[in-house]
Amino acid sequence: MKRPENLAFRLGTGLFGLVLVLLVAAIGVELFRQSTLSIQKFGFSFWRTEVWDPVAGEFGAFPFIWGTLYSSILALLIAAPISLGIAVFISELTPNRLKPVLVFLTELLAAIPSIVYGLWGIFVLVPAVRALETSLPQSLRASPFFSGPPIGLGMLAAALILAVMVIPFTSSVAREVLKAVPVTQREGAYALGATRFEAISAALYYARTGIVGAIMLGFGRALGETMAVTMVIGNSARASWSLLAPQHTMAAVLANEFSEADTTLYLNALIEIGLVLFVMTLVINSLSRLLIWSMARPMQAAAPAVVPAAESAA
Amino acid sequence: MKTVKTIAIAAIGAATLVAGAAAQKVQIQGAGATFPNPIYQKWFSEYNKLHPNVEINYQSLGSGAGIRQLTAGTVFFGASDGPMTNDQLLAAPGKVLHLPTVLGADVPVYNLPGVTAELKFTGPVLADIFLGKITRWNDAAITKLNPGVNLPGTDITVVHRSDSSGTTYIWVDYLAKVSPEWKMKAGVATNVNWPTGVGGNKNEGVAGIVTQTAGSIGYVELVYALQNKIAYGYVQNMAGEFMKATVDSVTAAAGAAAGKMPADFRVSITNAPGKGAYPISSFTWLLVYENAKDKTQAKTLVDFIKWALTDGQKFAGGLGYAPLPEEVVKLEMAALGKIKVS
Repeated sequence: MKRPENLAFRLGTGLFGLVLVLLVAAIGVELFRQSTLSIQKFGFSFWRTEVWDPVAGEFGAFPFIWGTLYSSILALLIAAPISLGIAVFISELTPNRLKPVLVFLTELLAAIPSIVYGLWGIFVLVPAVRALETSLPQSLRASPFFSGPPIGLGMLAAALILAVMVIPFTSSVAREVLKAVPVTQREGAYALGATRFEAISAALYYARTGIVGAIMLGFGRALGETMAVTMVIGNSARASWSLLAPQHTMAAVLANEFSEADTTLYLNALIEIGLVLFVMTLVINSLSRLLIWSMARPMQAAAPAVVPAAESAA
Repeated sequence: MKTVKTIAIAAIGAATLVAGAAAQKVQIQGAGATFPNPIYQKWFSEYNKLHPNVEINYQSLGSGAGIRQLTAGTVFFGASDGPMTNDQLLAAPGKVLHLPTVLGADVPVYNLPGVTAELKFTGPVLADIFLGKITRWNDAAITKLNPGVNLPGTDITVVHRSDSSGTTYIWVDYLAKVSPEWKMKAGVATNVNWPTGVGGNKNEGVAGIVTQTAGSIGYVELVYALQNKIAYGYVQNMAGEFMKATVDSVTAAAGAAAGKMPADFRVSITNAPGKGAYPISSFTWLLVYENAKDKTQAKTLVDFIKWALTDGQKFAGGLGYAPLPEEVVKLEMAALGKIKVS
């Protein structure tokens, strides 16, 4: 027999769960509704057109999609190994007394507002990147990855600042995941005569689903990051392979142009960019969930899989 | 307050009822351009000191947002750095009047280490730089204008606004007037498809990039350059003089335009004719419905605007805005009569 308060509890929490689903659906529907004009006019070519011309009323999201993905992937390539290193160091190698200090410091990084990162980017990172760019050998400058004048502002600065911002999230989650690896795993490895490195490798392998989750959480954060990126990326709506070139991201163009968008089509195109970002975040999060799920299935008693939180685009 | 009023009414009677209504608080909501925000806030607070029953609340959301909110009827008045287009006027539910309040200007700022002289530019040269056609500082077109200045052979980095902005509107409006190629390739709007360069967010973003990047050139509002003591260059006007933007030279540009002011005040005064005029100047407008529903608010706003156009103008110079020329104020006073207040 079920007790009535149990039923009430189930219904109550179920209702709150439903609110979440409805909220996501409502955001999607509203974004779609508000961008009808742009969707009708440009259709799917919106995703691959490279023109952003508010004067002529020609809008395409490609440079922004490109800039968002390029900067986020670059940031992840930089941040993932560093975060893993931090996580392993803190959970496996740090003396117990030092641990809280390091944990506190990584969490402090996560608490810094992004506008502060942006200011640091403008005054410290960008001049450093500019110095690095000007000192690149001529042979490198000839390659498409380093073409263009070395301004400092651009893709490289954006990727670096994103990496710094992503590290605390990824490393914190990775650390928690490593902490959840049963002690017996390590003891077993040592019992088999493993070195410390081999034991840690085994723990990492055991925790791999959670680590992928940690990285995807960082990816979600990088996709939606706005202020710090717009302050250092150069805000130029031109897709390019060059790390030196000023580029643009979806979140940045929204923050920059929304308040003064003067025609309905312009506004609709901007909201459609919001929709594109929303869809991309949804797809990437679903894919990462799927990846974690498929990795976790072979070993049912798996480490706690970490669900990447859908990072808000704001 | 309310109880006091109730007691007063009860005690003295109908005569006080009228007085009570006159002292009724009038609150007016407005939204729009960020560029004139400092002077508008100053005006509203000064006016509130004179008329404690009038409270005007202004949100500087941007010109585009101001026009949208005015059209949607969520604010009583709007404000914009660029005049509303014909399409936008048609979309509004009533007839909208444009009322210039003060003047502003854009100035070219640049960063050339070792160059202390203030550089001179012409419109076509600025347009070619922003089109990406002039790419080095020692290009003959620039050195010709600045004899005796030792310009380096470094690359020019163009810095523009990344956000849509009235400041950009004024800048590109000028470039389009002096360069047919700019008009064709980029055009005029609060944000354009920039042929070259990097974008900085707001005036401080552009100024920040320029001060940090050797060889860069950008544009900021005169107010911003004055407040932050940023050096800026000369621009040649239509009469052939190289002018530095000052409160006087900007007012002069408006004075030149006053003679052929259209009845709706929607006029661009960039590249203004006449001696002493700075060529990259512009009005900034308040947007008001001619026949608003709430007549009390309309009457209060008209009174406020009359004050702002006369006594209020003395606050302009101190904040870096150029006051309106007498002729324009006269025309506006006449136009204010069109607003229905009863």
